[in-house]
This record gives sequence, C-alpha cells and structure tokens, in this order.
Amino acid sequence: MIITVASGKGGTGKTTVAVNLALSLDNVQLLDCDVEEPNAHILLNPKITQTKPVHSLVPVISEDKCVYCGKCAKFCEFNALFVAPKTVLVFPELCHSCGGCMLVCSKDAITETKRKIGVIKKGNSNNIDLVYGELNVGEAMAVPLIKAVKAEINPSKNVVIDAPPGTACSLVSSVHKTDYCILVTEPTPFGLHDLKITVQVLKNLGVPMGVIINRAEVGDKKVYDYCKQENIPILMEIPFSKKIAELYSRGVPFVTDMPEWKNKFQEMQKTIQRCQK
Amino acid sequence: MTREITILSGKGGTGKTSVTASLAVLAKNAVITDCDVDAPDLHMLLNPAVLETQEFKASRVAVIDSDTCVQCRKCEEHCRFGAITQQGIDPILCEGCGVCVYVCPLAAIKLEKRVSGQAFISKTEYGLMSHALLNPGEENSGKLVSLVRKNAKKVAEKENCDLIINDGPPGIGCPVIASVGGVDLGIIVVEPTLSGIHDMIRALELLNHFKISAQVCINKYDLNEQNTLNIILFCEKNKVDVVGKIPFDSIFTEAMVAGKPVIEHAPDSKVSNAIKKIWRNITQSIE
Repeated sequence: MIITVASGKGGTGKTTVAVNLALSLDNVQLLDCDVEEPNAHILLNPKITQTKPVHSLVPVISEDKCVYCGKCAKFCEFNALFVAPKTVLVFPELCHSCGGCMLVCSKDAITETKRKIGVIKKGNSNNIDLVYGELNVGEAMAVPLIKAVKAEINPSKNVVIDAPPGTACSLVSSVHKTDYCILVTEPTPFGLHDLKITVQVLKNLGVPMGVIINRAEVGDKKVYDYCKQENIPILMEIPFSKKIAELYSRGVPFVTDMPEWKNKFQEMQKTIQRCQK
Repeated sequence: MTREITILSGKGGTGKTSVTASLAVLAKNAVITDCDVDAPDLHMLLNPAVLETQEFKASRVAVIDSDTCVQCRKCEEHCRFGAITQQGIDPILCEGCGVCVYVCPLAAIKLEKRVSGQAFISKTEYGLMSHALLNPGEENSGKLVSLVRKNAKKVAEKENCDLIINDGPPGIGCPVIASVGGVDLGIIVVEPTLSGIHDMIRALELLNHFKISAQVCINKYDLNEQNTLNIILFCEKNKVDVVGKIPFDSIFTEAMVAGKPVIEHAPDSKVSNAIKKIWRNITQSIE
C-alpha cells in the first residue's frame, strides 16, 4: 500500500508524520518527494548506499545541418528555443523534454542530450529503506526528479511518501496514483485555508484521504467542523508539545523517545487499510 | 526608484507570512505581494478588498475530438508524459506541449487554453496588495508569480510607492526563483531546527546563485538556543547579516486566529518589539 503524506501548507508536520509513521511500521520504504527541501534524512540519519544522477533530455542543435528556419522555436510551447539569423539559443531550464522540436525539424538538425537536474540518494536507517531526491539549486522544475524518486517504489513494501508543500504540479505528481493520502494540518485559519485547497486537488485526483491534526488545541475548532462537513475522517491528533518541538529541532523523531506513539501510528495504518477494502 | 525585497524561507511554516504581514504594517508606503500563489495566506491577515481581477491563462491542454479520432494511437506513442491512454487525455499529466497535435494525421487534437488561476490587485488598510490564486493542482505557478510581481510594479509606479515587499513561497524551485529574480534583498526566515537550518542553507545558495544579497531572521529562536547560536555563527562566517531574533510565542497564532498582523494585535508584545527592530535593520540596509 502506498500512503502519501501531504499538507498544502508547509511546516504543519508532514515530515514528522511521515518519518514517525515509517518508524512505527515493519517492512517500510520511505520516499521523500520534497526534492526542493528534503528533510526526512535529517531525522533518520541513513547510511547512504547509492547516489545516482537524474537527467532530463534537452535539445542540441547541429549548426551544420540547421538552416535557421525557426520551426522548432515556433513549435516550442515553453519558449526554450530562440532562433536568430545565424544562431540558435537553447534555454535548458525552460525545456520540458517533450521532444517536439526534434519532430518538427525538417533537416534532422536536432538531437537530445542528458542534463543533470539533481540526484537520487538511497540508504537505510532503522530498517527503513529511504529514497530521496535533491534538486540542484537554481533548477526550476521539480517534477521530473519527483517522477524519478517515485520510479523507485517497491510495491512489496509499506510505502510512505513525504510530499512537498503547496498544491501545484509537485504535489500532484507526488500523490498521483497512490492509494491513500494523509493530510497533516494545524487547527488555525492558515491550516484550514490550505487544507481546503488540497482537499480539492485530491478530490479531482480521486485519492481517498484522512486528516491528522498536528499541534491540536493551538488555534480554533474550524478545521474539525470542516472535516465533519466534508466527511473526511480525522485519523489522529498530535498535541502541541514543547517536547515534540524540541526533539524535532534536534532532529529526533518523537516515536523513538515516546514509544507509546508507535501503537497509535500502527492502529492508524490499520484504519486506513480498512477504508481501502 | 522602487526597491523590492522578498521574504523566503526554504522550509514552510517558519513564520514568513506572519512576519511579512507585520512588515507591511510598518512599511507604510509599500506595495505588498503574496507570491505563494498555490497556498496563499497573507490575505487572511491583511483582509484585502479586491479592486481588479484578471484571469490567468498560461497553460494549454490537449483535447481530442472523438468523432474525428480513428484510434491510430500515434499520439499515445509520441506523448512523453504518459498523458494519453485509450481512455483519452489525462489533463493532469498533459503538459500542453502540442506533440500529439503535430503527429495526429487527422487533425483530431487541438490545444485549448485553460484558465489556471486569477490575479488580483486589492486595497488593504496598510497599502495596495498584488496577489493571486492558482487553481488547485495547476502548474505554471512560476508564471503566475511573475504576473503578481509585474502587477505590483505597475501599481507601485502609479502610486509612487518606494518599496515592494514580496511574501515568497516555500522551497527553491520555479515559484521561488520567480519571486526572487532581480530583487534588491532576500530575507530568509529560519527556525532553529536542523531541517530549518538545512533549508536556510539551500535558500542562501539560491540567492547567491542569482547574486541577490541576503539577510537572515531567526524566528522561534528560543526553541533551541544552541541551534540559534549555530545559525548566527554560520551567518557570521558567510558574511550574512542576521537582522533579528523573534521569540517563540503563541501570540502569533492568536493574531492569526484574530485575522490580524501580530504588530496590530499585540503592539507592545516581545514579538512585536523584535519585529520593529528587524524592520529598522532592514530599512537601514536598503537605503
């Protein structure tokens, strides 16, 4: 079963939930799809066993064959090519690797080359197989790297995906084709607002979902009312605790110091599995 | 000349928006933007009244005319995003590249513009605000951020405002790049946790990469004073100014529930005094 942990808003405790859930289960693989700012490894300190580059394909123009007709630039929806009378400029950060420019070139002047956009790191910690991506700084597009992280999914394991914040393309590609989504929120107006947008995305994607309320009791009751009204189950409440916050600041997942929480996460996973049947 | 600063953080939830809202109050003659277009929150503290709404149409999506289509599946073969199956086109996976349109022998596919969100110019008690809302699950948030900033510049010029304050999105990817390009100063709000520090360093690298000067503001500094000290030492070593430290205080959440910037909600609190000091430091450095 593949469970994604998402939140809309950043800083609600997504990584905390993903890591503590993974530490509470057996036979687990944890994928950190927040490739812009991966954090799960900071809490897990894995021994990295493999690092591999991730590439995207970008066009290369053969100046011998090119007649500067401009068809490629005209075709490109992403403005990744610019054709001047005697030269062609390629803007690799804008390229979506669709291959369209190669198709439309009548002189076979375009080929593709690999460009490194980041790395995937694989490791193990406390019996968790951890996979995470690290996007190169200055690189705009996270989705190809997220897809590469997800290509590492081992379906024979309990898979937990830590999704990036927000509700745009990175979140969509992280949660796409997963079995269940846990939404972590805090009971504040910001938390509620971003929760609503994320629920909309998940409904569009048809992914079943439940909510974990983190830092319960800090704000107001509107998140509870909303979940009830939308029929979204509240799977767990994690209290606001200076101890949990302080453990997190030192990079310690709270189930290792408060083992009674392992049971709660296991029970929660069973509830989720029952919803699936 | 109008100066422009962006508040960013790498990691989400460090208090970027809460800090930005208070800076907006202190700045007086500034245009405020919310560049977190896929999960904007600043409007909940500044309560803008919308003056102008603009549709945002940046992306396109392929649409098949099933009457013309003969199921030759050439489009499926050429689509690199796995967006076309026998069930049709998955608009979520479609990037609107147009390859399917090009390869279709019967012209059964076309690209249609889709509305991906809306941009707004609004009035708040503290000045004009440029913001937007990306439709749930849409892409092109970087382009929408650029539109928000363009609108802000237009308004700033018209109204003679000397400063634009951008509330940035989390991360370091396309929306963040779009919200820091060409600004005069980036202020990173960091909390003293290991992941906060990790993400601050990546955000600093990003600002260096684009040659933008950076300052750091530590929020919830007393959550872990050792980490706070480490941040200060790291910044000293790398010649980055630390503009201030804000204590951990539930007053931020209380202000949020009240829908007000903390500096209005609790003007004499320790938090508000810390933010006033930060604002003095920032203004000195951009003068």
